Amino acid sequence: MRLDVVLRVVTKLMLPFMLVFASYVQFHGDYGPGGGFQAGVIAAAALILYALMFGLSAAQRVVPTWLVEKLIPLGVMIYAGTGVVSLFLHENFLNYSALSHHHPVHGQEWGVFTVEVGVFVTVSSTMIAIFYAFGGRGR
Amino acid sequence: METFINMVLLTLLAVITIGVVRLRNLFAVIILGGIYSFLMASVLIVLDAVDVAMTEASVGAGISTVLMLTVLYMTRVEEAKPVHSPMLPLFVAGVTGAVLVYGTWGLPAFGLADTPLNNHVGMTYMDLSIPDTGIPNVVTSVLASYRGFDTLGETTVVFTAGIGVLLLLRRGVSVARLRRKQQEEESKS
Amino acid sequence: MEVIQPILAHFNHWITIFLLVAGLYVVVARGNMIKKLIGLSLFQTSVYLLYISPGKIFGGTAPIIDDKIEVYSNPLPHVLILTAIVVGVATLALGLGLVVRINEVYGTIEEDEIFTQEDDEE
Repeated sequence: MRLDVVLRVVTKLMLPFMLVFASYVQFHGDYGPGGGFQAGVIAAAALILYALMFGLSAAQRVVPTWLVEKLIPLGVMIYAGTGVVSLFLHENFLNYSALSHHHPVHGQEWGVFTVEVGVFVTVSSTMIAIFYAFGGRGR
Repeated sequence: METFINMVLLTLLAVITIGVVRLRNLFAVIILGGIYSFLMASVLIVLDAVDVAMTEASVGAGISTVLMLTVLYMTRVEEAKPVHSPMLPLFVAGVTGAVLVYGTWGLPAFGLADTPLNNHVGMTYMDLSIPDTGIPNVVTSVLASYRGFDTLGETTVVFTAGIGVLLLLRRGVSVARLRRKQQEEESKS
Repeated sequence: MEVIQPILAHFNHWITIFLLVAGLYVVVARGNMIKKLIGLSLFQTSVYLLYISPGKIFGGTAPIIDDKIEVYSNPLPHVLILTAIVVGVATLALGLGLVVRINEVYGTIEEDEIFTQEDDEE
């Protein structure tokens, strides 16, 4: 158990960079490769790495199970909610052009941003929940 | 040069696949699966699919490998020796492969710009993305805006799969295990 | 050059078919459930190649628009496969969940051993 000091220290060093990279992929997805799916998986991978090194209960103290299970439907709701909002602004479902008063292109940018946030929330929390379920079973 | 790198990577992919099929130690197979995913990601970069490569590297080599290892931890590492003869599956696979290879002669050659696929809706998105949405990464704009319905459905699929796994694994942790132990004790006594 | 031309033109297709057939063989021939799921993912990744390779254009770059670049590869297959990968890992997780439950009830994940157990009970 004591022999994995190197792994533990390296994990602690790498975690912040993994999370920053996840948010870079998320918010820079319009201009470079990336988007909600990739960012969600990378963020989930960071937490899974933490859980592998420090144990499942340590990870569950950081991100509790109940929170993860609330976040899974929340992401889908953010996504579908964006569509419903554009519906109320006299546009088609998931047509984001109406989301901005100034210019349809701004509306599209806002729409893509919120939708990607929804994807991020659902994908990352689903991956974490699945890992928690498998890991909790193994004990 | 592009073609050469592509061919080398694809050949490596095929070699790894032979290893995955032949090995019976599941731990080795899963690790080879991780290598396979990284190679596949490199191939995808050569084929200009950077978004897909990123997803494949993080999902295929990261999450799937970890999940499979977690499940392997609960079961046996060594696969049992096959009982049945592999002749029938080999025959089925061989015939399928032969038919598909025959079909490739009708497909357009690799890397050409004047194929039907590269002259319709896909390239229209390239022209429309900036005026319509202002997003330079066309994959993102098609994914989230033009084909938003697809992605909504897909997010729902991920959601449903998450619910499915939680339903399967969260509740009744030990009921099945207890029942099996009971049966074992009964059969002993 | 005459001989090598069709090989260059269809090499991607042939490797795709090889991966697909290998996946099919593993799913049919092997009784171990984890191995079956790995075969299924082999099959799935071959479909990624099948979709992405025809979208590649020689001399093109990734479909991220920039003033200096003129030739891009086709973005549409990328979008389709992006969703396929994430759905793929979701279904894989569901399959692994079923494997865990089967292992808890039967104590094994080999198909043949499960069948013999079922026969013994009858």
